[in-house]
Amino acid sequence: MNTDKTVTSQDEKFVLGVLVANQYGVLMRVSSLFARRGFNIDSLTVGETENHEYSRITITATGDAAVREQIIKQLAKLHDVVKIDTMPPESTVIRELMLIKLRATSVTRSEIIDAVNVFRCKVVDFTPDELCIEITGQSSKIDAFIDFVAPYGIIEMCRTGVVAVSRGSGSLIGETSECD
Amino acid sequence: MKKMTSDRTTASNRQRSMTGAEIAVDTLIEEGVDLVFGYPGGQVLDIYEELRKKRRKIKHILTAHEQGAAHAADGYARASGKVGVVIATSGPGAANLVTGIATAYLDSIPMVVITGNVPTGQIGRDSFQELDIADITMPITKHNYIAKDINRLHEILHEAFRIARSGRMGPVLIDIPKDVQRARCKVEYIEPGRTEPIKTHPTDSELAMAADIISNAERPLVYCGGGATNTDAGELVAELARRIDAPIGCSLMGLSCVPRDNPDKLGLTGMHGLAYATEAVRRADVIVAVGTRFTDRATGSYGELVGNAKIVQLDIDPAEIDKNVTDAAYLVGDIRSSLETLVGMLEPRRHADWRAEICRMRELSDAVSHAHEEDEPLNPYSLIDTVARYTAGMRVATDVGQHQMWVAQRYPLNLRRGFITSGGLGTMGFGMGAAIGASLSLGGSPVVLFTGDGSFGMNLNELATAVGYNIPLLIIIFNNRSLGMVKQWQSLLYRHTSASELDRRTDFVKVAEAFGAFGRAVHTVGELKAALSDALGKKKRLPYVIDCAISPDEVVEPIYSGN
Repeated sequence: MNTDKTVTSQDEKFVLGVLVANQYGVLMRVSSLFARRGFNIDSLTVGETENHEYSRITITATGDAAVREQIIKQLAKLHDVVKIDTMPPESTVIRELMLIKLRATSVTRSEIIDAVNVFRCKVVDFTPDELCIEITGQSSKIDAFIDFVAPYGIIEMCRTGVVAVSRGSGSLIGETSECD
Repeated sequence: MKKMTSDRTTASNRQRSMTGAEIAVDTLIEEGVDLVFGYPGGQVLDIYEELRKKRRKIKHILTAHEQGAAHAADGYARASGKVGVVIATSGPGAANLVTGIATAYLDSIPMVVITGNVPTGQIGRDSFQELDIADITMPITKHNYIAKDINRLHEILHEAFRIARSGRMGPVLIDIPKDVQRARCKVEYIEPGRTEPIKTHPTDSELAMAADIISNAERPLVYCGGGATNTDAGELVAELARRIDAPIGCSLMGLSCVPRDNPDKLGLTGMHGLAYATEAVRRADVIVAVGTRFTDRATGSYGELVGNAKIVQLDIDPAEIDKNVTDAAYLVGDIRSSLETLVGMLEPRRHADWRAEICRMRELSDAVSHAHEEDEPLNPYSLIDTVARYTAGMRVATDVGQHQMWVAQRYPLNLRRGFITSGGLGTMGFGMGAAIGASLSLGGSPVVLFTGDGSFGMNLNELATAVGYNIPLLIIIFNNRSLGMVKQWQSLLYRHTSASELDRRTDFVKVAEAFGAFGRAVHTVGELKAALSDALGKKKRLPYVIDCAISPDEVVEPIYSGN
């Protein structure tokens, strides 16, 4: 029964690639499904694909195996959802981008720039009392960078959420035929 | 699934230039719709003009309120298996449909809803009677559209029908702005085949696993729900039960799937189910669940009423597998073909001890007698038994509350699609519209509506529709001068009845007469018989409202709950 599942199994973060028809309200259909069914959503990104008929939504969510199964099945019921891919971490390229603005003085600036080099990100804006940094990578790398620079003083930051593609020559659109 | 009608115009006619309103009405006709329910308004006048022009092919039923129209389309679909269609204008018209759409969605009833909206240029400007109904109905439709492009309208409308009746059925809404109704485009003929629903089938290994579990059962039980009712799978369910020697338990939505006189049928199980039927579900070691989602009312919040049985679940919707209970095996696909294949794979079995055990429980429960004396005040049981003697052959509709549970437990439901009731959403006020729709779907055959004084008070305006179109409804009000089910729970949990006693002076007989219907108030079995003879005698006098006084202290028993 459901109660047993929630007690005995572990919640995990997972990434879904969802190909959707470029139609009115599709983003809302997907996001409201999560709200309505009480699924936890960590990040959701959406953008164009190589085919203008489709958009691609990347969802990061948390739940146990049963929750993940329900999310996939409920998503599949949406008319505008064309294909869903469970993207296993070992065979997926996952990236996120963040812009972060930090306080910087003549004393701290070089320390921060050292960190920028180590984390392989770049400075995109520079004023006497501030540095703006652009960083891409796995979410865990971005988390680590935030932890490191937080003591200098974060003025503001903005994360895009996760995008993901599978490794190798396959594609989500592939030989997709529309499904209900 | 229903075949399309052959009444269609030729391909050459199809290619002429048409307005959006013409496309809308012609598509309905192409889809075999000959009856729609609705209520006009400013933003659907073009569609109503087309309905008037094509009135020989498609009939429009004007209800008293859009909610009634939505429930009527729903009742029409439940009784006939066809797609119900409802039309309303923008703004309040569309908003009034919401409860009706949600009711159909929760019970997986195929429905196509057409709403008008302000012209596309006015959308987003808070125009008069502008409402984003597509947004509002997103979580209560299988899919919905704002048809902003006249060139896609024809395709969208056909697609809406296909979605409504394919897979797990449900309502689909199309919002058509007024300028799109008036715009013109060349319309291409769409092959009828394109709108045929897609069927899916379980795999051989899934079937083998299910058959293996069922074959090894010692205390099997077949449990059927709305999915079995909505696909007319009753005979196959009965055949399966006969073959494996299993009793048949029913959810509320599965009640009319197998007739009452089938000896395997136990009847209603669940929170307010019959004691022996619910107990049988708890004691079973294998449950073959046919088109049911194990809702909390049927099986307890976390499936407690299911006991430790292995569950073999048949459903068209893969999302129902392992949703509320964990399945030992599952067959995802068309229920009828799954059942046909499964029955063919099973050897006949006998489970004499198991059946004897159930018989003993049943005898104990049947031994409880209820007064049926002519001059005794009516109680829920004598009321239902008396009505049932006069209404054989009539479909039954209900509202929601105590009366619904009493009827579900007691009434001898024997007709396929003969029990029209709001299961999932539990919509008080459902009955009047639904009974009208059910009657019209069967060519105006008589329908008995059981309702309560609370439920009837919600949508009694539809008496005007019933009278106006000569719809033969027999309306039985369980009048306990209270909101009985609310009161029952309030007294149990809060020990007061503050909002559930109805201190009203409504005279339902005068109400009936004011609308142009017949009416009589009764207190005893004898008086009820006289009223029934008056309503259903040689010369039928319908619609007829019988206001039956019952004690406000009657409660629905048993109550099984997880806690």
